[in-house]
Order: sequence, then structure tokens, then C-alpha cells
Amino acid sequence: MASFTAPKIVSSRSEFTDSHTLSRYVATGGFEGLKKALSMFPEAVASEVERASLLGRGGAGFPAGRKWSMLRKAPVSCLVINGDESEPATFKDHYLVEREPHQLVEGIIIASYALQVSQVFIFLRGEFALGLERVQQALNDAYEYGALGSNIMGSGFSLDIVVHPGAGAYICGEETALIEALEGKRGFPRIKPPFFPAAIGLYGQPTVVNNVETMANLPWIINNGGAAFAALGGGRSTGTRLFALSGQVNNPGMYELEMVKNTFRDIIFDPALGGGIPEGRKLKAFIPGGVSAPWFGPEHLDLPLGQDEVAEKASMLGSGSIVVLDDASCAVRAAWRITKFFSRESCGQCTPCREGSGWLERIMFRLEHGGGRPEDVELLLDLCDNIAPGLSWPPQQTTICVLGSSIPSSITSAITMFRSEFEAHVTNDGCPHV
Amino acid sequence: MSHFRTEIRQRAEELVSLYPRKRSAMLPLLHLAQEQDGYLTDEAMAEVAELTGTTTAEVRGTASFYDMFHLEPVGKYVVGVCTNIACLLAGGEELLAHASSTLGCPVGGTSADGLFTLEETECLADCNIAPCVQVNHRFVRTTTPETLDALVDDLRNGRREDEIPPHGTLIRVRRSGGLRVPRAQLADERAAAQTAREERAAKVEK
Repeated sequence: MASFTAPKIVSSRSEFTDSHTLSRYVATGGFEGLKKALSMFPEAVASEVERASLLGRGGAGFPAGRKWSMLRKAPVSCLVINGDESEPATFKDHYLVEREPHQLVEGIIIASYALQVSQVFIFLRGEFALGLERVQQALNDAYEYGALGSNIMGSGFSLDIVVHPGAGAYICGEETALIEALEGKRGFPRIKPPFFPAAIGLYGQPTVVNNVETMANLPWIINNGGAAFAALGGGRSTGTRLFALSGQVNNPGMYELEMVKNTFRDIIFDPALGGGIPEGRKLKAFIPGGVSAPWFGPEHLDLPLGQDEVAEKASMLGSGSIVVLDDASCAVRAAWRITKFFSRESCGQCTPCREGSGWLERIMFRLEHGGGRPEDVELLLDLCDNIAPGLSWPPQQTTICVLGSSIPSSITSAITMFRSEFEAHVTNDGCPHV
Repeated sequence: MSHFRTEIRQRAEELVSLYPRKRSAMLPLLHLAQEQDGYLTDEAMAEVAELTGTTTAEVRGTASFYDMFHLEPVGKYVVGVCTNIACLLAGGEELLAHASSTLGCPVGGTSADGLFTLEETECLADCNIAPCVQVNHRFVRTTTPETLDALVDDLRNGRREDEIPPHGTLIRVRRSGGLRVPRAQLADERAAAQTAREERAAKVEK
């Protein structure tokens, strides 16, 4: 049975069609968190977030408090919000920027106060035209309301926030590529080390890059305390999280659920959530956390929705997006399309990723569309092994960023779980499902 | 002489002023150039180079990296149909093929009347309403051939112009002014806060 006892932390206004307006926001407790935060010392605000043990909601799941503490000693720094949501099947930030823009802005002001940053940019995916308009309006409203600008709410704290549109590039979700784009360049991930922009970030200055959903949690954490947040969930996965459910389920959608207290079975099958697989079909496989994640089968349905719980089974909760494949769908076709995506979105800096993704895509294409060869499965595995040696999880990396090492996930999953389908594609000279 | 119209030029200069380094305004300025011309003309890219303190080669080299920037003319309406995983499972490829026949243009091409350009897109982050379709980056939520045809009919007859501006116009909400906090004031404030914090920390250590 799914657990619904936890409060809605970031999607509490989802029932209101005017949730994006300032009046609705203020009428439903908006800016109370900011007022409270401004009455505290900045380091006390940061401690509260650390107490919440809030894991970053972008995909890597790095503790937000620890990301912040890397900056503690630095007097000048930048905060950049990553709203470049492009991981296929992820649509939570899309919701947050369109429907809860004030909550995002309030969270950012709280973080800016805690960190005492002087420059703040919200990097939003360019394809979110409405989201860009809603966030810009929310910023305009916040200036008008006295929550931005000089001497915010009489606290002596001043701040400007600038919204910055992206222009269509998956790779800009990688934080150093995002910084490059924000500096007006091609979105090429930066060579590591330094591993974190906290050392050298925007304009060479110490920079924190946080995800939209991470920021959206802050007003609640300040209002209710970090301990109340940490009391939700389990283990390292505290609080609630927005899960994006898509694919072959009866009720695809976005669901805010308490971490760990629910399982994949709950979100896919509970009548109040995914509502199960379409009539007459069965679950074949599901992707637990965005297309970079290795796939799971029915045997993993009772795994809790928690970061470490999923990692222990050699995949990742990633961006919290779950894609369901039913038994009428083709594993080769699904893996081919995901590979095509990586091939299109590879930035081209590193040879294993640039050449490897294209080569893999061509092999997967011929398997799916005709022309596949008996040796193709071994060739696919060999190529994947060259991109991510050992094919272990988490993957080994031969490239500047993790896009490269994410490419093999879908192919190796499909081969491991459905090898006979690959053989059938060769025998049939194309997809037997079509 | 400016290629940008007076109003666009003014907005361009405002954008540049929001960043500590001019080049940071590159992507917003390129969007603005597309708002004026529908795509990136050589003249506009030269002006963006002037505004950002870069060369036209750097502007073109940056612009060509990003899918949303068009270096050739496109239709008034750029229709994007997603075929990535969630949309694939919901018939995205079939809807894309249908769109191609309805619009009368191949994927990646523009219709003869110049009204439509059709693109196969990657995931647009609206996967619960699949297959996902955008027109000029507005989610239109036409998931079936019938609703897509009705939308195209509306667009041909100018019935959705309020909701969907011509290609290039991305953000219609203007920022209500430039930066409000002078940089010097901000620097002083942060320095004072840092000092106060160090004093508090020192007290705790004692």
C-alpha cells in the first residue's frame, strides 16, 4: 500500500489553477519562510538545511548542505540554479517553474541569504517558454513585494536575481557546461579537477549550482525546521520527492511522495498513483531514474524509492523519473531511441562519447530496422566496454563528463534482460514487433 | 548603423547590463535576434558580436551549438514533435509522420508557403501528456492526429496568434528594470556580513 501520510512540500498548491500568481502564493503561506530566514543568522539558515539532510534533486543526489559548506570561507560567490531539465522522461522542474515559480524564487532568496552570495542566475531550459515567462513574472512580483532588491523586508540584505534562458542542449544540465553557457559559450563541460564549481565556477569564482527542486524545498524546511524534514523518508533519503511517471501506465503524471516509504510497485500500480499497466498487458521493465539509469525488471518492483536502496541494486534514482515498458513494447527499439538521444546530444569533445554514441546508434538502428548481424550484440558490448570500462555500476569514466558513461546503460540493460530479442531482430532482419 | 530596431537594441543593451561580463548575454541576445528576424541573420550576429565584445565567428560558433538557434530561415511556426522514450512508447514516431503529411514538409524542412517548419525533438519534459508537441516552444498538448490537425487548421487561419507568437519570440514578460542593487553597495554589504559572521564564530570558539 502506498503511503500518503507525508505533507506535500513542493507541490502543495497543485490544486489551484492560479498557483503561479503572487496573490495565491501569499495567501497560502508564501514568503513566510523567507521572513523567518531573514530573522536568523545566515549560518543558522545553512545549518537548518544541513539538518534536513536534503539531497540535491538534480540527479547526482549530492547533499545540498555539503555543497554549501564548501563555500563557507569564501566571501564572494555565485549561486546558479539549474533548471535545464532535459533528462528524458523528467518533468518535475517543468511543473515547478510553471506552477510554483514564487516558491522557487523564495527558495533561491533563502539560499542566497544563507550563502551570502552576490550573484544569482536561474538557468532555465529555453524550451520552457511559459516557464521563463512565469519565473520572470515571479521575479518582477518579488521586487514589487519587497522580497528582492535593496534591503529586503527591512533586513539589510540586498539581492538581484537574473533569469537566463538556455537554447536547447541536454549537456547544459551538466553543471560545468551550464556555467560555460552562462558565460556565453558552447556548452562544453569543463575538464576536472576541480571537480566542483565551488572551487572554480562562474567567472572563475566559487559557485554553487543547485537544482530547481532543491531550492523549492527550502521555504518548507525553514518554516518547519530541518528536523521535521529529516524525520520524513528514511536513511539518507529524507523528505519527499517529485516522481515523474511516464510510459505504459494508466495514469502517467507527477507525484510527490515520501522517500523510501513507497516502492516502485506503489507508484506504478496504486490506483491513486500510476494505476497499473494498460488492460491485458504486463510490466516488462522499467527505468528507475531517467534514461541514464540501468533498467529494472518486475523482480525490483518492491524496492523502496530511495537513493541508496536503488544504488544498491546497481542503478540510480537519478532525476526521479520512472518510465514503464509493457510486454508489447520492444526492448531493442527503446534502447535504440535512447542511444539516438545520446548520440544527438553528445557535445563532441571526447572521442569515446562522440564516436562511440554514433557507432552504437548505427548498430542499434540496423538491428531495429533491418540489416542487423549475428555479431552485433558482442560488438555493442565491446563498444560499451570501451566507453565505460568494465560495464560496472556506477560506471567507469573515459570522458570529461558523465554523459559518455551514461550511454551504455540502456544497451547493456536491454542485452542482459532481453538478449533473445536481439537475436530475434537479427533472424527477422528487423523488429519482429512491427 | 544598428541592424536591431530601436526597441530591440534598447532591450539588448538592458540585457548586457544584467551581467558582470558582456559575453554572458550571448544566449539571451541571440534569442532576441531571432525575435526580430525569426532566425539568426549575419547582420544580427555581427551586432551580437559588437554587443558582447566577441567576433562574429565566436557568435556563429556558439549559436551553432544550440538546437534552438536557426542559422537559416524557418517557418512562422516551428512545430516540434518528440519521439524520445516516453513519446516513442505513446506513438511519437507515428505522430511525427502524420505531422509531416499534414504540414506538407519533411522532418527538418519548411512548408512551401513558409508557414511551418517541422522538427523531431528530444524530450521536452511533458512526458505525462505524450506524445509531446510544441509550437514555437509553447506546449500545445495535441497528442492525436485529429487534435494536431485541428491545431494546424487554427494556425493556418490565424486563430492562435495570442497564445503562440511567431517563431523567435520566446519570453514576452519583460524584466521590470535592470539590476536594483548597485554592485558597490552589494560588495560592502557582503563584506560587512562576512566580518560579522567571523566575529560570531570567534565568540563561539572562546
